[in-house]
Amino acid sequence: MIGKLLRQPWVFSFGAAIAVWLATIAYTGGQGAGAILTAAFSFATFTIIVGLGQMMVITTGPGNVDLSIPATITLSGVVAMKVMDEDTGRMVIGIIAALGAATLVGVFNYGLIRLLRIPPIIATLSSSFLVLSAAISYGRGIRIKPPEPLAQFAETQVFGIPIMAFAVLALSIALAMVLSRTVYGRSVLAVGQNSRAAWLAGLNVDRTRFLTYVLSALLAGVCGILLSGFSRGAALNMGEEFLLASIATVVIGGTSVAGGRANVPGIWGAALFMYLLVTMLNTFGASAGIRLILTGLMIIGVIVAAGGEEQR
Amino acid sequence: MSNTLPTTQQRSSRASKSLSEQAISLDGVEKSFGAVRALAGVDLVVATGECLGLVGHNGAGKSTLMHVLSGNLTPSAGTLSIGGKPHAGSWTAAAAQAEGVRCVFQELSLCPNLTVAENVRIVHRSLTGLGWKGRARALISQKLDEIFPNHGIAPDDEIADLAIGQRQMAEIARAFTVTDGKLRLVILDEPTSSLDAVTAQQLLAYVKKETARGTSIILISHLLGEVLSTADRIVVMKDGKTVADRKAADFTRNSLVAAMGSEAREHKRGAAKNSVAEVMVRAQPRSGGSASLEARKGEIIGLTGLAGHGQTRMLLQIYERRHAEVKGALSFIAGDRQSDGVFNLWSIGRNITTRSLTALRKAGFIDLAAEEKLAEEWKVRMAIRTPDVDNNILTLSGGNQQKALFARALASDATIILMDDPMRGVDIGTKQEVYAMIEAEAEKGRTFIWYTTEIEELTHCDRAYVFRNGAIVAALGADELTEEKVLQASFAEQAA
Repeated sequence: MIGKLLRQPWVFSFGAAIAVWLATIAYTGGQGAGAILTAAFSFATFTIIVGLGQMMVITTGPGNVDLSIPATITLSGVVAMKVMDEDTGRMVIGIIAALGAATLVGVFNYGLIRLLRIPPIIATLSSSFLVLSAAISYGRGIRIKPPEPLAQFAETQVFGIPIMAFAVLALSIALAMVLSRTVYGRSVLAVGQNSRAAWLAGLNVDRTRFLTYVLSALLAGVCGILLSGFSRGAALNMGEEFLLASIATVVIGGTSVAGGRANVPGIWGAALFMYLLVTMLNTFGASAGIRLILTGLMIIGVIVAAGGEEQR
Repeated sequence: MSNTLPTTQQRSSRASKSLSEQAISLDGVEKSFGAVRALAGVDLVVATGECLGLVGHNGAGKSTLMHVLSGNLTPSAGTLSIGGKPHAGSWTAAAAQAEGVRCVFQELSLCPNLTVAENVRIVHRSLTGLGWKGRARALISQKLDEIFPNHGIAPDDEIADLAIGQRQMAEIARAFTVTDGKLRLVILDEPTSSLDAVTAQQLLAYVKKETARGTSIILISHLLGEVLSTADRIVVMKDGKTVADRKAADFTRNSLVAAMGSEAREHKRGAAKNSVAEVMVRAQPRSGGSASLEARKGEIIGLTGLAGHGQTRMLLQIYERRHAEVKGALSFIAGDRQSDGVFNLWSIGRNITTRSLTALRKAGFIDLAAEEKLAEEWKVRMAIRTPDVDNNILTLSGGNQQKALFARALASDATIILMDDPMRGVDIGTKQEVYAMIEAEAEKGRTFIWYTTEIEELTHCDRAYVFRNGAIVAALGADELTEEKVLQASFAEQAA
């Protein structure tokens, strides 16, 4: 039982997250243990949302990656704030507009990949420049606060755990269901293992990849809306840190970079680990440079430790 | 390699003259790949300055034999002699190269990112020091000019920029270049397959010239006319053995085809199917010809001819429903399991149910219990040897993986099953089980279109289409499906 559990690739990310948390509270002598966890669940949820989208994209096979996530987060946040315009009554339409814009980014990405045959890494990178430029010109010099209910949703806690984390937990469970119980989810896994075999087995490879890029953009849109509620307004650099974070959580979480194997729990462990790692280094009083170096080294360490247990 | 021959001295004293004329010889060479016996005791003598033609249909063991001669494969048993003396030590590719044995294989071996001259350097280690490139250029240019006048290839052309025919010319010319050591034997495996008629003639003329200089050549070709006209002697291979070995002049086209065929027919398909049954598939190959293919409900249709002559493309054309009239759901059974078939990360069960996911849905979600049941049912029906369908697909042997792929197609709602040479590397026991399954399913009204490289398998078909160069060149009914007829059609001479 324990052996089987240990073979799960996501165990490492959770183990690493707990180890880092213990090291931090050992240093502080137990002070702020709960507060650190609360903060971790708040900040990690954003990473988890986009990490799930990136996980789906990466799972559709070698070469597939969505680098437009940060730009989409920004665009969605800017659109949501501008359309809502601090008016609670316009919240729903703001959310619809933001998610609509994000969906368009996903459609555009796959259009570049499929119709113009541009490799995904280039296609999503170049589209991210276009998207960010659109966000900049649309949201020029504007600092709008989110409507109060949105801000509250992003901040409310139950027993020290943000309700947003519960919502994202529900989303994660739903996505895990999609992966194992729907034709689309199975297609994602099959296409990621061998797209030609998937095609010959009667699965719709194009539709699967299309839906996946749209889903990733849509989740980035959700992240953008919640993030602007949480940080009381959209900013043009709000998506920046999520490029590395989204990819790192996927890799650390035990999803196969070669495609075909997704891991939802691992995204949680990895996102918590990444946040707690930075917190720990801050607590130790490490300078920014040391923090970056150690972050990089520890990510490599976790991947090596987890990778050593894989069969492939 | 075990040395079972008498000592060199004994032999040379007994028949020194005839032995000195041997360039290279094989004695009782065997080679097995797992359960497949590719070479079952081959004796082959190539005399000095002789052009030996080697023919036989796909899978007869020609390529394996050539790989043994060139040192790429180590035989399981048998002796190899050079110039009449058994070769001491292991016969490796390097040893073959040192003894002057060169090969031009069907799959070209030039490095595409290097120039023609640089590719020459790869086989000629002695081209070192300053100015090696100049010497390599001169070497290959001179040889190209000699074999293929007006070839239009510059020694500094990158291989990737050359047309396929020019690549083949460069590869052939390279095989005949000499720096240090002598050229003993050159193996040409389908050398004219990418050459046009003019360059093919130039090559065949050069082969005669080169043999007159004392080099031995083995010519493998599916174009029987060119073997008959060029070779001094012809060896016919079948089922890993040489079955005929005569002077070329003693063969005619027909006697050669007859020698390649087999007489044994283990199985005969039952009464011809009702020719008024509904037509399920009608398609004309896009790759050529005006003849088209037709498959009726409940029929098993074979696609045959030499490998790679458009049969797989035909299947894919039907699968994509492009320029093909198809009535009913399709399913495809891949022969190349690794690249077209199995999902390595999945269990046997999931591999079986892939094609049926949509049908297994209940309120939008896949019914896991029903999925498990379907997998279990087909595990039993196909007799897949595994204790548990939840085991990974790679825990199965190749033959059982193939059964899982059959199960995937047969468990689905498809009424038309396309099979792309699915019995590759499958043991005979499994084959018999699957044949029975196919016939039972056809009886129930499913239509099978079956590309096979094994002519015996055609005995399970109601009708077969013979492909050559992408076109259908013959349609043979069940009673005409003899190996001889298939070969006749496959080898029919192109206007040369």
